[in-house]
Amino acid sequence: MSTVLVFLEAKSGSPSRISLEALAAGAALATATGAQLAAAMVGPAAALDSLGTLAAAISIEHPLLDRYTADGYTAACAQLVARLQPDFVLFPHTYQVRDFAPRLATRLGRVLISDVTAFSLAGSTVTFTRQLFQGKLNGHYHSAAPAPCLVSIQAGAFHAAEPAPTSVPVESFAPTLESSAIRTQPGEPFRAASQTVDLSSAPLIVSVGRGIKDEANITLVQELAQALGAELAASRPICDAGWLPMERQVGSSGQTVAPKLYLAVGISGAIQHLVGMKGSQCVVAINKDENAPIFEIADYGIVGDLFEVVPALTAAIRKAKG
Amino acid sequence: MKIIVAIKQVPERDARIRIDSSGRWIALDDIEFRMNESDAYALEEALLLKEAHGGEVIVLSAGPERVGQTIREALAKGADRGIHIASDSLASLDALGVARLMAAAIADEHPDLILTGLQSDDLGLGQTGVILAELLGIPHSSLILKIEKIESGLRLLRELEDGWFQHITLPTPALLTIQSGNTKLRYATLMGIKKAKTKELRTVDAASLGTGSQPSLLLDSVALPSRQKTTQMLPGSPAEAAAALVAKLQQEVRVL
Ligand SMILES: Cc1cc2nc3c(=O)[nH]c(=O)nc-3n(C[C@H](O)[C@H](O)[C@H](O)COP(=O)(O)OP(=O)(O)OC[C@H]3O[C@@H](n4cnc5c(N)ncnc54)[C@H](O)[C@@H]3O)c2cc1C
Ligand SMILES: Nc1ncnc2c1ncn2[C@@H]1O[C@H](COP(=O)(O)O)[C@@H](O)[C@H]1O
Repeated sequence: MSTVLVFLEAKSGSPSRISLEALAAGAALATATGAQLAAAMVGPAAALDSLGTLAAAISIEHPLLDRYTADGYTAACAQLVARLQPDFVLFPHTYQVRDFAPRLATRLGRVLISDVTAFSLAGSTVTFTRQLFQGKLNGHYHSAAPAPCLVSIQAGAFHAAEPAPTSVPVESFAPTLESSAIRTQPGEPFRAASQTVDLSSAPLIVSVGRGIKDEANITLVQELAQALGAELAASRPICDAGWLPMERQVGSSGQTVAPKLYLAVGISGAIQHLVGMKGSQCVVAINKDENAPIFEIADYGIVGDLFEVVPALTAAIRKAKG
Repeated sequence: MKIIVAIKQVPERDARIRIDSSGRWIALDDIEFRMNESDAYALEEALLLKEAHGGEVIVLSAGPERVGQTIREALAKGADRGIHIASDSLASLDALGVARLMAAAIADEHPDLILTGLQSDDLGLGQTGVILAELLGIPHSSLILKIEKIESGLRLLRELEDGWFQHITLPTPALLTIQSGNTKLRYATLMGIKKAKTKELRTVDAASLGTGSQPSLLLDSVALPSRQKTTQMLPGSPAEAAAALVAKLQQEVRVL
């Protein structure tokens, strides 16, 4: 029987949420292709105890894997793949996976299908969908190489299952690793300057993107935020440019927010931004491009020039508030 | 330090996305091209290292003839020479195929450091650099914001998720993929643009590199994404749309 193997990533000792989403993708793929599902993670066996129905649960254990390195993970995963001979190997599309999975695929003579959002089956061919042009277009891919086919799954693309006791005893797998083969020396993770604004509890957020064009124009959205009584946030390029402080950045490398209202002004809606604000109750987008990906998740949209729409909106809100 | 920077030419950020008649890519006829964003930051890091420690910066780009323009732009900013892997059919390759071309084209260069962008703005694979490192048998690190030369090699600042960072050290030769946004990009000076015209730009025909193999990943078709939510579009003049939105915010979203 063929196998779908899912590599989970630990966060504070247990599989991360996006890993469980990748596991859900793996379960769907296994069902569709008549395969069995296996899961593996670097870490202790106890962390794999609530993954539901599996054909195998594998804890990968080695002192040289205590701290993540691309060399260590590539070697360990290559050995596990050689042992299990899976047809598909799935990963969550995390920074860690981006760092080592292309290397692993190359070592196996394959190409990783990265950041996949969906799959479909026609005959015996599985077609994988991934985004192009920062979400403005979808591409449909299939693998023309023999197994294994390596795939990483985008955050939020699949729904994680509720935890349930793992149906099989957890096996442990000890790869053969040499410390001399690990060439990078990782330091401890640290956080930049302390956060003074907590956007995560803000009920109303006005967020500005590169459509604002120039630092001097930031006052336009500041006035809108003030009229609305909202916090001001931004996409990454705005904070990189120093137009607003880093702590106001929303997205995968910034803050995650879930306000009642998220008003996105001149933001295209790249996935790295969306993961930080998708949980908002109501999303409003103002963008001159009717095909901007932000409209795919917006409740209300205004297609137009923000330099006309924003002042009009600020005036209308002031008037409504009296 | 001898540094190679891989630079990809991609469609302009605001380019209109129209699917071409093959249904497998976008129509390119009325599109402007530019340097991939994170590659511009990779180039900047290379130029800063050269200014601090001396050495040579070589830019490497694969693509059709128009790619020469982007290479010249990098030369105008201060790179010393360029290598253009000429190919009109890169789209038929997968990331491994492109990385193999790059590895073959620089086989005689023996650089201390190779920099690539984190990911391309068109394909967004985020892989070509890491694959190249494995092909060359050298260590790599990705999502790098800052590079510092130290006795044993390099000390790096790497971005992690949710606003976390870490330092990493590794020996050279090495490959790094550079994340956008950590420095200010320089502009080419008039002098630089003039000088670029006299700098060496070597063109290598992709077919002559002998890496030809069947791709293991095929792009069958492209499509415009469908909406996950039904967005209510508020039409009209800016004032009308603004008034309509205020009404929604009062009556439906109830935040006003
Ligand atoms: C590993 C990684 C991590 C990242 N982390 C983050 C993150 O945490 N947060 C984040 O935001 N990004 C992040 N990014 C970057 C992300 O991929 C996008 O590049 C970024 O979100 C784009 O920002 P933007 O929408 O402001 O700019 P653009 O994509 O340039 O969009 C600008 C938008 O403004 C519109 N516009 C232009 N002019 C006007 C006008 N006059 N009126 C109305 N609309 C106009 C355009 O149509 C366009 O849609 C990350 C990327 C990577 C690779
Ligand atoms: N055709 C190319 N020519 C030069 N560099 C490239 C090419 N394709 C990809 N790269 C490099 O690899 C990086 C990652 O690209 P990708 O794997 O497509 O996301 C880019 O930022 C470039 O630095």
